[in-house]
Amino acid sequence: MLKIGPYEFSSRLLLGTGKYPDFETQKEAVNVSETEILTFSVRRMNIFKPDQPNFLEKIDVEKYSLLPNTAGAKTADEAVRTAKLAKASGLCDMIKVEVIGDEKTLLPDPVETLKASEELLNEGFIVLPYTSDDVMLASRLEELGCHAIMPGASPIGSGQGIINPLNLSFIIEKANVPVIVDAGIGSPKDAAMAMELGADGVLLNTAVSGAEHPVKMARAMKLAIEAGRLGYEAGRIPRKRYATASSPTEGMSIG
Amino acid sequence: MQLLINGDYMEIPSEIDSVSSLLSYLKLDDKVVVVELNGKILEKENQSQSLSDGDKLELVHFVGGG
Repeated sequence: MLKIGPYEFSSRLLLGTGKYPDFETQKEAVNVSETEILTFSVRRMNIFKPDQPNFLEKIDVEKYSLLPNTAGAKTADEAVRTAKLAKASGLCDMIKVEVIGDEKTLLPDPVETLKASEELLNEGFIVLPYTSDDVMLASRLEELGCHAIMPGASPIGSGQGIINPLNLSFIIEKANVPVIVDAGIGSPKDAAMAMELGADGVLLNTAVSGAEHPVKMARAMKLAIEAGRLGYEAGRIPRKRYATASSPTEGMSIG
Repeated sequence: MQLLINGDYMEIPSEIDSVSSLLSYLKLDDKVVVVELNGKILEKENQSQSLSDGDKLELVHFVGGG
């Protein structure tokens, strides 16, 4: 069970909803991924095109927990405003705090992320900050009362996978709230690795939506996350430099 | 009545005098829309709030994102 604030989830995959080739593919990908948490962004409507379809209308909103993000915010104030707009929909009280500090790398601004998280916690939100893989920053966010910590594996949408497994494992070891590896996942291997490191969940988007076959990849990610989690719980064997035979050495018939 | 909606000035018939009637007028009443009126976010139950000339509105919704 993944517990985030007052909520419990049996799936450890959080799925983004951006950049799918079409709604049908997206719907099927969401379905086979068995995710229970979908992320969204908050944007101005195009009021001149009221009939423009929206993915929210294509799914059973009751079945999913919505995790809107504050993407687009460059300051804590902008993130807080976006979060409040999202909550006023009456559909959610979780928020992914995302305050981008640098356009090229899309790396989060730690100071503004901390400020926004603090303010949103005071406003009663369930706060999940997207953060860098800085161990102390993760600690500080937890001390504030954040309900989960979401360190990036590598830059958003880069598909580079987990660049700093050591830092991620330090964050996981230290945290008493769920750690969800967010951003940079490229393939099922990366998702499994995050889970084997002991992460409580993985949030990904482009790895599925941008795959050649998004529906297949959605299923692959689901399985990878389950396999990684099981592997973590099972406890892997220590690494050794030299071989140890798996077959018994006794009773070998020497011809 | 002139309103500033999502950064564009729009001329709206004067009988459209509340946020909820504006949403129907724009054919957005069955959508998930969040309204910010003059910088203040409206909770759903306050969408009957009346409008006056020169009001500034932001209409936002959820779109795909990660």
